[in-house]
Amino acid sequence: MTLPTSPELESIKTLKQIAREEFILPGTAICGGCGGLEALRLAAKVLGPKTVFVNAAGCFTLLATFPYTPFKGSWLYTTMASAAAGAQGVRDALDVLIARGKLPAEDDVEVVVVAGDGSTYDMALSSTSGALFRGLDFWYFCYDNESYGNTGMQMSSATPYGARTATTPVGVKARAGTEHGKKDLFEIWRAHRPAYLATVSPRFPIDLTNKFLKAKTLCGPKLFIAHAPCPTGWLYDPEQTADYARLAVETGIFALKEAVDGAVTHTYVPRRHRPVEEYLQGQGRYRHLFEPTRNEGALRQIQDQVDRYWAEVHETTGAAR
Amino acid sequence: MTTGQLLTGNAAAAWGARLADVDYIPAFPITPQTEIIELLAQWSANGDIPARFVTMDSEHSMLTAAGAGAAAGARVFTATSSQGLLYGFEVLYTIAGWRVPLVLVNVSRALASPITLEADHNDILAARDTGFLQIHAETCQEIVDSILIAYRLAEDERVMLPVLVNLDGFTLSFTREPVTLPPPAAVAEFLPAYRPRHAYIRGDKPMAQGAAVLGGAPYSYFRYQQQRAQENALAMHQTIAEEFAVRFGRRYDLIESFQLDDADYVLVMSNAFATKGKAAVQRWRARGIKIGLLRLRVVRPFPAEAIAATLAGRKAVAIIDQNLAPGSGGILYPEIATALYHETQRPPLLSVIGGLGGKDISEGEFEAVFHHLERAAVGEHVVSPLLLYTKLEQERTRTLLQIAGKETSL
Ligand SMILES: Cc1ncc(C[n+]2csc(CCOP(=O)(O)OP(=O)(O)O)c2C)c(N)n1
Ligand code: SF4
Repeated sequence: MTLPTSPELESIKTLKQIAREEFILPGTAICGGCGGLEALRLAAKVLGPKTVFVNAAGCFTLLATFPYTPFKGSWLYTTMASAAAGAQGVRDALDVLIARGKLPAEDDVEVVVVAGDGSTYDMALSSTSGALFRGLDFWYFCYDNESYGNTGMQMSSATPYGARTATTPVGVKARAGTEHGKKDLFEIWRAHRPAYLATVSPRFPIDLTNKFLKAKTLCGPKLFIAHAPCPTGWLYDPEQTADYARLAVETGIFALKEAVDGAVTHTYVPRRHRPVEEYLQGQGRYRHLFEPTRNEGALRQIQDQVDRYWAEVHETTGAAR
Repeated sequence: MTTGQLLTGNAAAAWGARLADVDYIPAFPITPQTEIIELLAQWSANGDIPARFVTMDSEHSMLTAAGAGAAAGARVFTATSSQGLLYGFEVLYTIAGWRVPLVLVNVSRALASPITLEADHNDILAARDTGFLQIHAETCQEIVDSILIAYRLAEDERVMLPVLVNLDGFTLSFTREPVTLPPPAAVAEFLPAYRPRHAYIRGDKPMAQGAAVLGGAPYSYFRYQQQRAQENALAMHQTIAEEFAVRFGRRYDLIESFQLDDADYVLVMSNAFATKGKAAVQRWRARGIKIGLLRLRVVRPFPAEAIAATLAGRKAVAIIDQNLAPGSGGILYPEIATALYHETQRPPLLSVIGGLGGKDISEGEFEAVFHHLERAAVGEHVVSPLLLYTKLEQERTRTLLQIAGKETSL
């Protein structure tokens, strides 16, 4: 992985280089073992204290429960569909107030949308597209737990094929659970040519930190899809979050990549991908694929899709396996 | 003071925003409000105004950006109408809950379906419980003045709520009337720059807005605060309107009384069609009938006391609602009935529906209303609500139905 070094922001190489200071303090209403929160905690270390988190309805809305928030920065809860528009309003207002001399430039903040996959992939897609189209200078942090978590784990358009959710239950007519494939948000966002776009995993903190550092040098939309293993919804023991986060990347199910002005680079390519079953097995949402009998067709389909993705990557980048 | 010039209602609204020296205008087009944002866009492009003008992707986004801009400390203006107001509905509650001041002009237009472009008040009155204050203008002059008064109200620390200023589509939006624009320097004295004291986003003073509350008590507390703020707005409006009158020579009250001193009969109306009501009153007065008109100007907060004091003791009152709550009747009628409930000298109240979707209220219809008022005054039962529709309109509509192959017994 090669990262351009900016004058102010050096990329890091070891865990020790990650800031020790915490910008999201412990003691929140979020489930123990929440992968999304871990990713946000790491991101906040780069974003720093002068921030406003503009939130869409979801699990993370409970991060700010009156009169507390765990943030050193500000918080604005908007709606499920319009957090990016909220970011637009804040950014525009700060810009015009600074330009008109009504606000000192030191009081400026980083404007960061924090939203789940459900709102991001579905309801908020148009307002986010609007913000990208307008070239808004903001951050978008989507914690992707692959379901509508806060309302009880229903299918969102980020839910992967084969996962069982509250609205895609397993039955005699639906043996695989969710029958749709996950919407490719990375490509939808990339088509908008944002300044920066990346996927991140809480289990790859150096990669995550470097991506945020790199984005910090850029002006315009900076978008992140954070893989967010969710013990509550995916039905595994909270202490296994790190394992599932790592396995998602090692099996190739979750690709770590970035796009700078549209050009895609995979930032971590395992020498050999592990079989997807290692990731699927043990998660309650996939149990029906293994019990009472193995659903070979569904498992094959998931593996094939991952293989196809990486074959294409290797073909287009010419990278050797 | 500059002398009058001919301005459409939309241009008057744009001038209101310009004189208020707004910082931020997120926009999205909808007829008949488009001229407002087009003018502001042009002024912004010319550098005539320092505001940042941004075309948004929907009213839902536009209103979120507007509220968020206000939350960041900017003075914000925007405008919408009809379906646009409804599309942003969720956000109206949200930003009123943030307790941020801004002015949103609604150019009233009837709601789909069927789809139409002309005015009635089902759009604006649907927003009556959102927490926004509501001022309903009758003339182009009143639009400019109301916007300035609205900012003073919205930004008052005892209020801190957004305001909807309503003007009727077509009957005002595209009608030119002489308007006297207050001089900018005098406006700047009346309406100093917005300096947020409680809701803002600043690097050095982190703050949470719209945070979740658990359990009903904090929620009730914040909701009650909105009620108190609305109550405060009643008194604040009077103070601000008096100051406005002293500075600019035009006086606005919560309600407008027209020929009411000795009136036995009263029409209650709002917005531009109140002018038609006033003309009817003058025709009746010429015939020696003691009748007057009460125009509702501030609808939220609801000026119940002023209304009760004005209507008590009259022989009969007709409330002409230019809206329809199907299955119930007029939206304002029950509010006025409630205001009068405690009056011992409670007049009979006649509920009338008229002017839906821009349908005219003809002289004949006003005559019919008056006929019913006289009957109600002597204690006769009058069918309620009275749905105004003329014979001619009935015949024309029947023809249309025939063409459409949908002939029914109308
Ligand atoms: C307009 C609207 N519809 C529905 C809801 C209910 N709701 C609240 S949170 C939520 C789920 C959000 O899912 P996601 O964005 O994936 O975030 P997560 O809950 O997984 O953190 C829903 C449907 C809402 N708040 N607003
Ligand atoms: S439900 Fe899942 S995503 Fe939501 S807070 Fe809990 S662990 Fe995190």
